[in-house]
Amino acid sequence: MLIELTDVRKAFNQGKPNEFWAIQGITTQFEVNRISCLKGASGSGKTTLMSMIGCLSRPTSGRIRLQDRTISSLPERFLTQVRRHTFGFIFQRFNLIPGLSVVENIMLPAYPLGLKASSLRSRAERLLEQFLLVDKASNPVEWLSGGEAQRVAICRALINDPQILIADEPTANLDSRLSREFMVLLDQLSKAGKTVLISSHDPVVFDSPVVDRVVELEDGLMVSGEG
Amino acid sequence: MITLLRKQRYFIDYTLGTMMRHKGKSLGLLSVYTMIIFMLASVMLFSHAMRSEAVALLADSPEIVVQRIQAGRSVMVPADYLQRIGKLRGVTEKRGRLWGYYYDPAVKANYTVMASEQDQLTINDIVIGEGIGRTRGLSVGDYLTLRSHEGKAFSFRVSRLLESESELISSDLLLMNPQGYRQLFGIDESLYTDLVLSVRNPREIQKIAEKLTRLLPDSRPILRSEILRTYESLFSWRQGVMLILLLGSVLAFVIFAWDKASGLSAEERKEIGILKAVGWETGEVMRMKFWEGVIISLMAFLIGYLAAYLHVFYTSAGLFEPVLKGWSVLYPSFQLTPSVDGLQLATLFFFTVLPYTLATIVPVWRTSITDPDLVMR
Amino acid sequence: MKRSNTFFVCLLLLLTGFMASLVDVASESGQGLPQAPESAELVSRLGLTDLSLFTEARYTRHPSQADIHSAFQDHPVALEHFPTGSLLQPPMGLLR
Repeated sequence: MLIELTDVRKAFNQGKPNEFWAIQGITTQFEVNRISCLKGASGSGKTTLMSMIGCLSRPTSGRIRLQDRTISSLPERFLTQVRRHTFGFIFQRFNLIPGLSVVENIMLPAYPLGLKASSLRSRAERLLEQFLLVDKASNPVEWLSGGEAQRVAICRALINDPQILIADEPTANLDSRLSREFMVLLDQLSKAGKTVLISSHDPVVFDSPVVDRVVELEDGLMVSGEG
Repeated sequence: MITLLRKQRYFIDYTLGTMMRHKGKSLGLLSVYTMIIFMLASVMLFSHAMRSEAVALLADSPEIVVQRIQAGRSVMVPADYLQRIGKLRGVTEKRGRLWGYYYDPAVKANYTVMASEQDQLTINDIVIGEGIGRTRGLSVGDYLTLRSHEGKAFSFRVSRLLESESELISSDLLLMNPQGYRQLFGIDESLYTDLVLSVRNPREIQKIAEKLTRLLPDSRPILRSEILRTYESLFSWRQGVMLILLLGSVLAFVIFAWDKASGLSAEERKEIGILKAVGWETGEVMRMKFWEGVIISLMAFLIGYLAAYLHVFYTSAGLFEPVLKGWSVLYPSFQLTPSVDGLQLATLFFFTVLPYTLATIVPVWRTSITDPDLVMR
Repeated sequence: MKRSNTFFVCLLLLLTGFMASLVDVASESGQGLPQAPESAELVSRLGLTDLSLFTEARYTRHPSQADIHSAFQDHPVALEHFPTGSLLQPPMGLLR
């Protein structure tokens, strides 16, 4: 057992007339070395749940434990530390930084570590090789195709060698062929020891044979997929 | 330590990359900023150099000048005043000066005419400053005709031009024989324009001036320290006027820079969210933005200052000439001795680099303390 | 790293220029004014009191020697240079 959620709730605009509970009490566990998928229509709370697990935001109530640490009550500083060393993120719109080259985008999460330029560079190059991007290394990211941008986003998520990969609607901007290729890549990563958490409402993702477990969300509640 | 430096270097790398994304905008900002610093620094350097130049040049001018005031107007001083002063303790030399102005309608310029004993000029010879020579097109051996007080024309031969190095004080000077001076202006042998006294000990000057007003109640002593003070305030005032004229453009820039530096666009906001999501701390995002502010303002400061330095000391502040020159025909050409007031420079630095850098950081701090999960939405 | 290197090179160049300007100042003031000998001689020989900067009118030529009946004089010790005299107070020291 790696990630443990206990009665996690999240409210937006709390105390205001437009108060809205995105997550209304979820208790579950995500195992190591598995590919788990959060499935549900948009607005069902997938993204909110993922961002709480990934330490991007904190639950309003409830508890999230990572290994033996309760991360839901950590102060911002420590959250950043946890995020930096434990999680790699792949976003729906890739969220690459325009103006920087492919390799610079990949090295971005490692900048605050202050590694030696050569070792950082060789780390990035290993990933570029693995994801067939070597010849694009110094191109600006604006020139990339959707599939390439997605692979750059994966490389960026992996640069600090995190245990857990969080992918939010990763296939939303890919066609079905690229989506299937993406799932193959995830499978390889999972086999290499990573834990993967995806949110998606794309059947190519949640019906994929590589996914070990599907959790279905609806209006901020789990409706199926107890582990 | 090395890790820390390396980190800063990565931040600089990153911020340069994002700045180059809007190349035109960044370069435009840099050049406007540089222009402003250039103008401000030019005014500062020029006024300071002018002030110190005046102090240095006038260091040897007479300690006390005595004018005679009659019915509130300054008039010629009788020569026997020199005897009436007699032997004052501390006065090493006293003599009468003969000088005045001559308006030359041909070039619409005022000359400063002075009688000079030491040049040992004959009654028909004159020595002129470079400015007059340039304006009238005169060189050694040429003749200059001046109209006397009776309307008669006198022709003088230019025997020498004053050294061009001294133009800042001698550009409009016209030196002649004292006899010739008296004939030209119809001034009696017994009169001088004013008297000058040399005093060796500066601490005695005030005492001597007091004695003078007692001995010669209708005189007005002018001390060298007063002259220097007048020049101090004169150039401070001119600097002030220039700064006020510049104020408009400075304010315009402040608004522009504030808007640019402090208003985070949606794009920048998202960028900060991404950085935080991939594991940057708030402090690290701010350090990166800090470098952006520092890079722009430090570059602008250094380029602007250097350009101003070259402008003031190696092109004689060419851009200010029209302002200083006014209507004067005999504007001297001069080269200022480089001198920089450290305090003024520091002031300029702190009033430009610091506010700009702060303006870049503060809004970032506001956005980056919010949850970074906005990139997910 | 390439970008920051370029930046550091630019910065180094500019700082060198900055230092050079300070060295320039120091060396010039060390050896005295370049025009000093000629000018100093002229100043002490003729008893000059003013810079020949503002030659546009009689009353501006010698701010220190101004006639009391000059134009634009509002105060017995006001500065003689238009519009200084009308806008600026005379130096405090003179008012005492």
